[in-house]
Amino acid sequence: MQMIESGNVAAAIGVKLSKAKVIAAYPITPQTPLTEKLSEFIESGEMEAEYVPVESEHSALAICIAATSAGARSFTATSANGLLYMHEQIQWAAGARLPLVMCVVNRGVGAPWTVWNDHQDSISQRDTGWIQIHANDHQQIIDTVIKSFALAEEMMIPVMVCYDGYLLSHTYMPFDVPESSLVDAFLPPFNPPYSLDPSRPANLNTVTLPDVRPDVRGDMALAYMEIRYLLHKDMLDAIPALSKIDERYQSVFGRGGNPLIEPYLCEDADYIAVSLGSLSYHLRDVVDDLRNEGIKAGVLSVHLYRPFPAQAVAEALCGCKGVVVFEKALSYGYQGTLSSDIKSALYNSTRDRRERPFVLNYILGLGGREIATRDLYDALRFSCTADDPCNEETRWIGLKL
Amino acid sequence: MQVKTTILTLPEEELVHPGNRACSGCTLGIAYRIGLKALGKNTILVVPPSCLTVLQGLYPIAATKLPSLNVTFASTAAAATGVLAALKTLGKEGINVVGWAGDGGTSDIGLQSLSGACERGDNFLFICYDNEGYMNTGVQRSGTTPQGALTANTPIKGKLQPRKDVAAILAAHNIEYVASTSAAYPLDLYDKIKKALTFKGVKYIHIQIPCPPGWGFEPRCAIKVGKLAVETGLSELYEIEKGQLRHTGASRKLMEKRKLLPVSEYFRSQRRFALLSKQDIEEIQENITRRWEGYFDLFDDIESSE
Repeated sequence: MQMIESGNVAAAIGVKLSKAKVIAAYPITPQTPLTEKLSEFIESGEMEAEYVPVESEHSALAICIAATSAGARSFTATSANGLLYMHEQIQWAAGARLPLVMCVVNRGVGAPWTVWNDHQDSISQRDTGWIQIHANDHQQIIDTVIKSFALAEEMMIPVMVCYDGYLLSHTYMPFDVPESSLVDAFLPPFNPPYSLDPSRPANLNTVTLPDVRPDVRGDMALAYMEIRYLLHKDMLDAIPALSKIDERYQSVFGRGGNPLIEPYLCEDADYIAVSLGSLSYHLRDVVDDLRNEGIKAGVLSVHLYRPFPAQAVAEALCGCKGVVVFEKALSYGYQGTLSSDIKSALYNSTRDRRERPFVLNYILGLGGREIATRDLYDALRFSCTADDPCNEETRWIGLKL
Repeated sequence: MQVKTTILTLPEEELVHPGNRACSGCTLGIAYRIGLKALGKNTILVVPPSCLTVLQGLYPIAATKLPSLNVTFASTAAAATGVLAALKTLGKEGINVVGWAGDGGTSDIGLQSLSGACERGDNFLFICYDNEGYMNTGVQRSGTTPQGALTANTPIKGKLQPRKDVAAILAAHNIEYVASTSAAYPLDLYDKIKKALTFKGVKYIHIQIPCPPGWGFEPRCAIKVGKLAVETGLSELYEIEKGQLRHTGASRKLMEKRKLLPVSEYFRSQRRFALLSKQDIEEIQENITRRWEGYFDLFDDIESSE
C-alpha cells in the first residue's frame, strides 16, 4: 500500500508491522511524533503491545532491556540528549546481547541547545557495540526497521536505526507499506534461547572475573574478555548477515540491494563524495552537475556505519583519485569520524601508497545549519579540481565567524 | 487479622544455596533467605549493583534459585516494569516481580525510576535493604546514613545531615502498601512480604540491615544491634496500608509497654557513632522520647476506641 506520511510515521508503521510487544519512550524532539503514533496504535487497539510512558530515557532503555530479557520484542526511540542519557544502558544492552531496536532521530547535542539535525548524537554512541544503520529516505526507514529486528535477533545484538531529524522525521514523502502477512513470514515471533523464567532460573549479567572460571559441573565458563571478544566477532559477522537479510527482504518485497553502502555513479568516478544519511542523496544533485561539466564524480552513501563495512568501502573507493567525506559530526580535536574510518579502511586495503586516493574531510550542517546545494557544489568541485586539495586539514563549510 | 508466621510455620524449602559471598554476620543474608521463602519460587528478581550482586554469586556460580536480572544502578524499578510488561504481553501473568536494591540504589540513584513506577502504578514489589551506606564500595555515606556516622567519605566530622526517610517519600506517592522492618525480626519481614504481594501497584518494604564492617561491631552482635535500633525507638517496624499507619511486632510491643531502651545503648554498640558526644546523644534521646510519647498517646486512643 502506498502512503504519503512523515519519516516518523514510517518508522512507527515499521515497528507496528514488526509486532514489537513492549514500547517504552520518553518525549524528545524530533522523535516525539514517532512514539506518539505508537501510543495511538496501542491505545486504539490497532497494535497489541504494552506502551510504558517512562520518566526518563534511562528508564526507557531499562524497560526494553528487561522486557527483552523476559522474552518480549522491544522498541524505543530517542534523539540527541535523550540518547546520551541512555549511554550507560546502551552499553548494557549490547553487553547483555539483547536484540533491541531503537530509532535515533538524529539531532545535534547540547550545550548549547539545538533541536535541529546533525549526526553527533548517534556518532557519539559509535563504540558501544550496537549496530548502527542510517536510512536515507522514508522507504528506507520503514524497511530498515523491519530488517533490523531480523538482524538484531539473528545476531543477538541491538540495532540503532538512524535517520535525519526534521529532514526526514518531519517531511512527507510517498512510501510503500509492506503487507502485514508478508512481514509476519519474513520476521517470525521473537523466540530467544533464554528468557527470564522461574522454572528455569538463571542469574543474568552477573559479576564476571578477569579470568575464565569453572562452573559447578566443572565446565569452563567464559570471562569478561571472552564475552566481549564474541560481541566484536559477532558484530563483524553482522555484515554478511545483513546482506543475506537484505537479499531475503528484496526477494519478498522487491526493494533493497545496497544494505552496506550505496554507490551512485562510483563505477568510473575519479572523485567520490561520501556521506551518511539524507545528505548523500542531496550530494547526487551536485555530482550530476559535475558530470555535466565533465568531472567524473560519484557519491557513496554509507548505510551500515557499525559494524563498519571496511572491505566494501575500500573496494568502492580504491582506484579513484580523491575521496571527499561530508560529515555532520566530528571527533573534536581530530576530524570527522567517518573520515577517520575511511582512511583506516583504505590504509589497510592498499599496500601501495600511490594507489591510495587522497581523503578530504568537510564538516557541515552542525545544529541544523542549512546545507546549500551551491556550497556542496563549490566544495566538491574544489576538491576535484585543485592542484593540491590538502588531505590533512578538516574544512568547515558555511562558517560565519 | 493476619495469622503471624512462626519459626515452625515458615516454609522449609530454601531458595538460597548454602554458602554465599556475604561478609560474616551480614544480616542481608538473613533478610534474603527469609525474604525468598516469603516470595516463593514463582518470582523474578531485579537487582542493581550492591552487596546483593556479590552475595548472589560471581559468574558462572549463583547463590540464588530464582531467576535474577542484574541491571544498572539507577534502573531497578524501571527494569521491574520492563519484566512485567513482557510477562503481560506474553500472557505469563501471576509471576511475582521484585526489585531488591540497597539504600543507595533506592534512596539516591534509584529514586527517580522508583518514583516513576509508583506514579504509573506498575505492579511489583520493591524491597530496599538499608545497610545505611555504600557498603559494597567500602562504606561511603548514602542518603540513609544517619547523622553523625563516620563513613569512608565523612571520615573526620561524620555525616552532617540527617537521613532521608525513604518510606515516607514512597508513602507520599499514595501507593497501597509501605512497610518498614528489620533483618533482626525476620518473621516480621516474612509477614510483610506476604501481605505486600496481595496489593496492586508498587509495594515498598524498607529493611534495616545491620552491617558489621560498615557500622563497626562484631559479626556475632548483628541481631543484637538490629534489635537495639528498634527497642530504643530509633527504627520502627510499621506498615502503611492504604494510608493507615500501624506499628507491628517489637515496635507495637514498645507501645504496649510504654517504655524504650535508652538510645545511648544503640550508639555505644557501634564504632561509626564514636564522634557522638553525650550531649548529642541526649538531644537525640529527647527527640525520640517526644516522638514516642506521641505514639503512646495515639496508641492509647486507638486501644480505648477498639
